[in-house]
Amino acid sequence: MSILVNSSTKVITQGFTGAQGTFHTEQAIAYGTRMVGGVTPGKGDSLHLGLPVFDTVRQAREATGADASVIYVPPAGAADAILEAIAAGIPLIVCITEGIPVQDMVRVRAALECSESLLIGPNCPGIITPDECKIGIMPGPIHRRGHVGIVSRSGTLTYEAVAQTSAIGQGQSTCVGIGGDPVKGMDFTDVLERMIADPDTHSIVMIGEIGGTSEIEGAELIRASGTRKPVVGFIAGATAPPGRRMGHAGAVITGGHETASAKIEALREAGIHVAPSPAELGTTLARVLG
Amino acid sequence: MNIHEYQAKALLRSYGMPVPEGRAATTTDEAIAAARALDAAVTVVKAQIHAGGRGAGHFADRPEGKGGVRLARSIEDVADAAEAMLGSVLVTRQTGPAGRLVRTLYVESGCDIARELYFSMLVDRSTGRLVIVASPDGGMEIEEVAANTPERIFKESIDPAKGLCDYQSRDLAVRLGLKGREIRAFQNVVRAAYTAFTGLDAAIVEINPLVVTGAGDLLALDAKMSFDDNALFRHPALAELRDENEEDPREREAAEYGLAYVGLDGNIGCMVNGAGLAMATMDIIKMEGEEPANFLDVGGGASKERVAAAFRILIADPKVRGILVNIFGGIMRCDVIAEAIIAASHETGLNVPLVVRLAGTNVERGKALLAESGLTIIPADDLGDAARKIVSAVRNAGA
Repeated sequence: MSILVNSSTKVITQGFTGAQGTFHTEQAIAYGTRMVGGVTPGKGDSLHLGLPVFDTVRQAREATGADASVIYVPPAGAADAILEAIAAGIPLIVCITEGIPVQDMVRVRAALECSESLLIGPNCPGIITPDECKIGIMPGPIHRRGHVGIVSRSGTLTYEAVAQTSAIGQGQSTCVGIGGDPVKGMDFTDVLERMIADPDTHSIVMIGEIGGTSEIEGAELIRASGTRKPVVGFIAGATAPPGRRMGHAGAVITGGHETASAKIEALREAGIHVAPSPAELGTTLARVLG
Repeated sequence: MNIHEYQAKALLRSYGMPVPEGRAATTTDEAIAAARALDAAVTVVKAQIHAGGRGAGHFADRPEGKGGVRLARSIEDVADAAEAMLGSVLVTRQTGPAGRLVRTLYVESGCDIARELYFSMLVDRSTGRLVIVASPDGGMEIEEVAANTPERIFKESIDPAKGLCDYQSRDLAVRLGLKGREIRAFQNVVRAAYTAFTGLDAAIVEINPLVVTGAGDLLALDAKMSFDDNALFRHPALAELRDENEEDPREREAAEYGLAYVGLDGNIGCMVNGAGLAMATMDIIKMEGEEPANFLDVGGGASKERVAAAFRILIADPKVRGILVNIFGGIMRCDVIAEAIIAASHETGLNVPLVVRLAGTNVERGKALLAESGLTIIPADDLGDAARKIVSAVRNAGA
């Protein structure tokens, strides 16, 4: 068990024959992900990396029965690629692309709300269930199979959490990078409720950052669920000055609830064990697990 | 991307927003000519900088004097105001103590103000929709209104499937206490803001105050507009509105190389891949008792050129007493990063302590390259180790 993806998940790549799509699909195949094809408009009826190429997501879905699609399409066409995947009825869409205009994502979000599809990202590393299915750009070898669920807004800080949990002898059930954009698909609450319900996830690490209030909503969900699974948290950006965007479009403090200290307080109130430093995610978890 | 008030007003006017008559001026003579052309009973002379709080601010050379928004009742008043403001540094609560040099003025006709409202439009991240925010308490800091009297802030969410509906604007107008023809006038203001917002991929349109005149007209007395950087590729004409004088030169150079950089006040320069890890690296430096000099995300697929540019920017900052490189390689291979660091260190004549922490893809080869380079690079095994080492290196070098 795990959440969202496992060894039977069939995956296609949108932006398949481009440099990014090619490189990361090769990596996914090498990891053991069940890649079944890809989409590049105009290149249908050919083979790439030994897999069929389709012109449209609808064709790819009909021919392969894909459960998931990963998007490496450049920013100008990425929102359209997500909308195409939604229209084709792909259950899980993972968009890696960074730099999508926010008003494009407003349209995507509206389309998601009228569909059964789930979106992870954009501007995220993706999702991995170790030893089963890797969808995205994370380095496979740092992961090991286990029972810690990891959810984070930041890519490399997710890797940091993975490496630190692996270093204390724990592995991961599923790791989800939800991405750093202000308007996106799944948020902390969407991932956390699945991790709380997943029998294979025994503890959770959630990593947030300044900007927005979704960590506070995630903390509230954990408190309200009454889960007995230990949760370790960290919020990046305690040193960030208000009004300055810290790389991620969403990482900017525009109100009082969006600061690191307000979020840390909300996490603590929900019974989450907040790591005192980003170097102590693993040791904090080890202490909580006893 | 931010623009000046006079630029925002010209743009919004082209979408139908009612704004007072006005002209930009970069010299006292131009300001006088503008005032003559406007021929108004009262003229307002406004300093153009990318920061709010201009009226309540002060000029660095005259801390007790008037602010950056001045009323003039004669051509002599206009000349005096222009003379005092142009070429002087305006300090407001948003500029920080360093203030901003005033290079441009906006000379505008005064108007008869009956009421001041607040109006803005932005993307609400919690709903993922555009939202209109309005309040009958215009002319004040909206954050203060939100904190003290949240019941006096009205919001109207725009359904992306339907777009803005005029009834929403009229409903808001009534809640704001507008009457008679003011209601349709408000509807036009919202429509103009919405058309500009969606047509230009704005990040915010803020009108504070939106005034109701004695005659019952609405006018945007101040206007702030900024744009979604990710969408600028769709609006090449907006590039002309960029004012590089308002930007930090280090941030501008960084942007040219695709680096996300924010200058801060500390003395430890940081180079990290990933925004979250970059923030976490800044945080841990502070926990160890020092302050970061910057936020710098080299991105996921940084090339040698990018890493070299990042190094140059860090070293060019006179405050930087030490550099911490923290890379968790995913797509980015640690051996490539190591080569880039070695090349950049030679090229820039590195003269401050450098701590490098590498993790992830090809980490062993990366570490070996650094060890064999002959450079005095201090290697670190993990994030905590890296922070302790750079802080102690900076303190030892300073002692």
